Amino acid sequence: MSAGSTPGTYVRVAGALYLLLALTVACAFIDMGPFNLVVAMTIAVAKAVLVVLFFMHVRSAGGLTRVVACAGAFWLLFMCVLTLTDFLTRN
Amino acid sequence: MSEERALVAHQFETAAQQRSAATLGMWVFLATEVLFFGGMLMAYTVYRVMDGAAFARASHAQNILLGGINTAVLLTSSLTMALGVHAAQEGRRRRSVLMLSATMVLGALFLGIKAVEYSQKFAEHLVPGVDFRYAGPDAGAAQIYFILYFLLTGFHAIHLTIGIGVLAVIAFSAARGRYTSAYSTPVEVAGLYWHFVDIVWIFLYPLIYLIQVYR
Repeated sequence: MSAGSTPGTYVRVAGALYLLLALTVACAFIDMGPFNLVVAMTIAVAKAVLVVLFFMHVRSAGGLTRVVACAGAFWLLFMCVLTLTDFLTRN
Repeated sequence: MSEERALVAHQFETAAQQRSAATLGMWVFLATEVLFFGGMLMAYTVYRVMDGAAFARASHAQNILLGGINTAVLLTSSLTMALGVHAAQEGRRRRSVLMLSATMVLGALFLGIKAVEYSQKFAEHLVPGVDFRYAGPDAGAAQIYFILYFLLTGFHAIHLTIGIGVLAVIAFSAARGRYTSAYSTPVEVAGLYWHFVDIVWIFLYPLIYLIQVYR
């Protein structure tokens, strides 16, 4: 079974997710130029990692599950990086 | 032992092997789902790079409060889902059914709020197509923003609707006592799908609603 995660852990993780949601809304109202997107995406990744590690039990999962979970993110990263090397360097 | 043995399909050696195979299968599916939404997010990224100012102006038609409430609703539904899976793993039938039902209600609440937002878009003529009306020089880029908005949130809503359907079946089975501390894999696998749909929204909210809101 999922070792280590108790209902208390889930409630604390949800509390952290609410705080990060409030943080991302607050940051959106501050003019940071291009860094607004960087901050927003960093917070989103942090929230996703919390959900994946605790709610989706990757923290206590086997190696194969971890590899597959990372694979989806890596393929997405490849697609974004390779596409943007084109679109960001035109003209 | 014989009772546990009966729950293991003949192609598996042990219940643990069967459980990890089911979990891995769902993770492989979710990897393909990452790329399904990834393709649309890539299109969004490219068009935003091409005309970020138009995307920012168009996004100001969004209701940040409703989007934020919906984010909180989905995060809460992930909490109840995780608690429902935990209860099923411990063989606590009543609590498991209660938490799964709460998750479905929160999912339906999300769809209801989304429907309010969609109806506002129709009323404001912001739905791409023949009746699209948008003041300003960058109406073309704005229409692309709203096409991507409806694609991304629409497919997300379809995924959520499927999730509610899956949970209805799982909650029904749980209520009939099909899951015990020895066998609760379907609840766990349904939970993985639900949390994935939550993660998609975690990225959609800042990308769609929170563009240069300080302007």
